Amino acid sequence: MTVQAAVPIRTAAEEQLAANWQQAKSGLPGPVLLRATAFERFAKAGLPHRRVEEWKYTDLRALMRDAKPLAGAPDAAARERARSAGASLASIEARRIVLVDGAFMPELSDLAGLEAGLTIGSLAQALAQGDEAVVSQLGTIVPSNDVALALNTAFMGDGVVIRVAPGVSLARPIGLVFFNSGTRPASVFTRSLALIGNGARAMLLESHEGAPDAADQVNTALELKVGDDAHVDHVKITAAGAGALHVSSLMAAIGAHARFNEFLFTVGAPVVRNQLFIRFDGEGTVAGVRGASLLKGREHADTTLVADHIGRACTSRETFKSVLDGESRSVFQGRITVAPKAQKTDAKMAAHALLLSEEAEADSKPELEIYADDVQCGHGATTGALDDNLLFYLKARGIPTKEAEALLIQAFIGEAVEGIEHAGLRDALMEQVAAWLQARE
Amino acid sequence: MPLLEIKNLHAEVDGRKILQGVDLRVEKGSVHAIMGPNGSGKSTLAHVLAGKPGYEVTEGRVLLDGEDLLAIEPDERAAKGLFLAFQYPLEIPGVATMTFLRTALNAQRKKRGEPELLVPDFMRRVREAAKHLGIEQDMLRRGVNVGFSGGEKKRNEVLQMALLEPRLCVLDETDSGLDIDALKVVAEGVNRLRSPERAFVVITHYQRLLDHIVPDIVHVLSRGRIVRTGGKELALELEAKGYAQYQEEMA
Repeated sequence: MTVQAAVPIRTAAEEQLAANWQQAKSGLPGPVLLRATAFERFAKAGLPHRRVEEWKYTDLRALMRDAKPLAGAPDAAARERARSAGASLASIEARRIVLVDGAFMPELSDLAGLEAGLTIGSLAQALAQGDEAVVSQLGTIVPSNDVALALNTAFMGDGVVIRVAPGVSLARPIGLVFFNSGTRPASVFTRSLALIGNGARAMLLESHEGAPDAADQVNTALELKVGDDAHVDHVKITAAGAGALHVSSLMAAIGAHARFNEFLFTVGAPVVRNQLFIRFDGEGTVAGVRGASLLKGREHADTTLVADHIGRACTSRETFKSVLDGESRSVFQGRITVAPKAQKTDAKMAAHALLLSEEAEADSKPELEIYADDVQCGHGATTGALDDNLLFYLKARGIPTKEAEALLIQAFIGEAVEGIEHAGLRDALMEQVAAWLQARE
Repeated sequence: MPLLEIKNLHAEVDGRKILQGVDLRVEKGSVHAIMGPNGSGKSTLAHVLAGKPGYEVTEGRVLLDGEDLLAIEPDERAAKGLFLAFQYPLEIPGVATMTFLRTALNAQRKKRGEPELLVPDFMRRVREAAKHLGIEQDMLRRGVNVGFSGGEKKRNEVLQMALLEPRLCVLDETDSGLDIDALKVVAEGVNRLRSPERAFVVITHYQRLLDHIVPDIVHVLSRGRIVRTGGKELALELEAKGYAQYQEEMA
C-alpha cells in the first residue's frame, strides 16, 4: 500500500541517470536544492514515453537505451577541432562564443570589446560564485514541469549568461557555438540565460554542431527574457554533430510592445526535440515563431510549442515547415493558449510537411485553447508531396526533374526562412538548403 | 524534312481513348491552327507533345526534325526546341520569375552544350522582351504568376517563349480568359516571334485569335482525328457555321 509500489521499473538509462546523479551531485556547481528538487521530479516521473501526451511522438524511454556519462572537460584536441566550428555565423559577422562538450571556452570566444551594456559570462562560473542575480532567475522565466527540463536543471554543467542593458542596441549578433567534439559519447547538459532589457535590440544565434558521428546525448536549455519595447531575434541551428539525441528547451517571456522572432533550423541531426515555451506577458507585442527541418534517412525532428498569450493585443505567427526524405519523421505539436484578458489576440499557427518519399511520416497536432472572446486565432496543417503539375510546368520549360524539385523545395522552405529579418542569415540558411538538395540522391 | 511530323498518333488518358490517329506535318516558318469542338482532343494533343505524365501514347510517332520526340523527357523536348504555352499557366509561390527564367534558359543551354548566359546579358534580354509585352519589372521579382491576372499570366507565357527561343511553339487555347486588349498584346508578342526558322501550332476553339495570329493552314480536329484541312478561310467558315457538322460526323 505504499506509493513506491506504483513507481515503474526503471530502465537502464534511468538507472544510469540516477547513478550519474549520485556520483556528480556533490561536484556540480551552485544551487543544491534547485538541482535536488529537479532530480526528484525526474526520479518520480521517469523518462517521458509515448503515453505522456507531450512526448507521444518522441519516446525518450525507447530512444535512450542508456545514459552516457557526464561530459568531462574537453582536451586540447577537442578544443582545437572547435576552432573551425560555427561557419554559419560568418555570414552574419556574429560575436562568436564557443562551448565545447558543454563547457564555455573563453579562449575560443570573441569576448574582446564588448559593447557598453553587454555582458557575457559562463553559467558554471556564476553558479560557483553563487551569483544571486543568476541563480534567482533559473527556472523562473517560464516555469515548466517538463521532465527533460528537470534533468537539465539537475545536471546543468555550464552555459552562457548574457545580459543586455535597457536601451542598448547590439551592433553585432551574438553567435553561440555548441560544439560536440565526439571524443567519447557523453551526456551534455547546458543551460543558458539571456536577459534583454527594455528597449534593447539583440540578435542571438545558436549553432549546435560537432563531429558528424558525435554520439552524445545533448540536453540544452535557454531561458530568455525579452523586456518591454525590446526587439530580439533568436535563431537556433541544429546540425550534424548536435548529438545522437538532442533535446532542447526554450523558455521565453516576452514583454509589452516588443518584437520577437524565433527560428529553428534543423538539418543533419539524427534525433532532435525542440520544445518551446513562450509567454507573451505584455500588450501589443508582435512575434514570429518559425522553423524549417530538412530530414532524410531515419532522422527525427520534433517541434513542440506552447505559446501563451497573457497580454492583450499581441500578434503571433507560428509557421513550421518540414521536408522529409527517406524514412524520416517530423513531428509538430503546437498549442496556443489565449488567457481571458488577452483580448484582441491575433494568432495563426501552421505546420506544413512535404513528403519526398513514401516511407517518410509527418505528424501534426495543432491546438488552440481560447479563454477570451474577442480574438482571431487559427491553425492549419498540410502534408503532401510535390505538385506533379508544377513539376511538369517546370520540366516543360527545360528544367530537369531534380532541379525542378529543388526549386519547389527551396520555395517551400523559403516561405518560412523569409521570416528571418537578417538577410545574410537568410542567404546562409538557403545555401544550406541548396547543399542538402545537392546531396540528395 | 518537316519540323514536326505526327504519324497516326493514338493516345489515352485514364484508359479513355482521346487521340485516334492524328496525322500532321508542320514545316519551318509556318503557322498551323488546330480548331475543334470541346472534347475533340485539342489540349490532349498539346499535352502529349509536351510529355505530360498521365497521357499514354498507344500508337503512332511524333518526330521533331526527324527525331523521336516521345522517347525523351519533357525537359529534353524543351531543350530541343519545343515550347508549350499553357492554357492555364501555373502559379509557383516562392520561385521568383527571374530565377525561374534563368534556371530554364541555362538548363536548356547546358543540355545543348552552350555556355550559361552571363547575368547582365540575361537581364538585358529579359528587360527587352518584358518591355514589348508591357510586363513590369516588379512582376518579374514576384513568384511565378502569383497574383497575376489571366492576361498577365498569358503575357508571361509569351515572355518565356521569347526568351527561350523555341523552334516549335504550341499555343494551347492562349485566347481563353483574355479580353480583346489582352488578346492583342499576346498576339503581337507571338507575331513578333514569327520567323522562317520557327513554326507555330495554335490550338483554339474560337476564330477570333486567328484574326490576330493569322495562320497559313487550319485543321479541324474532331473525335481525336484531323477531319479537315484548309487555308485561313476555313477558320471563318467555322466561325459562321460552327462545329455542328463535325459533331454530327461523330454521332
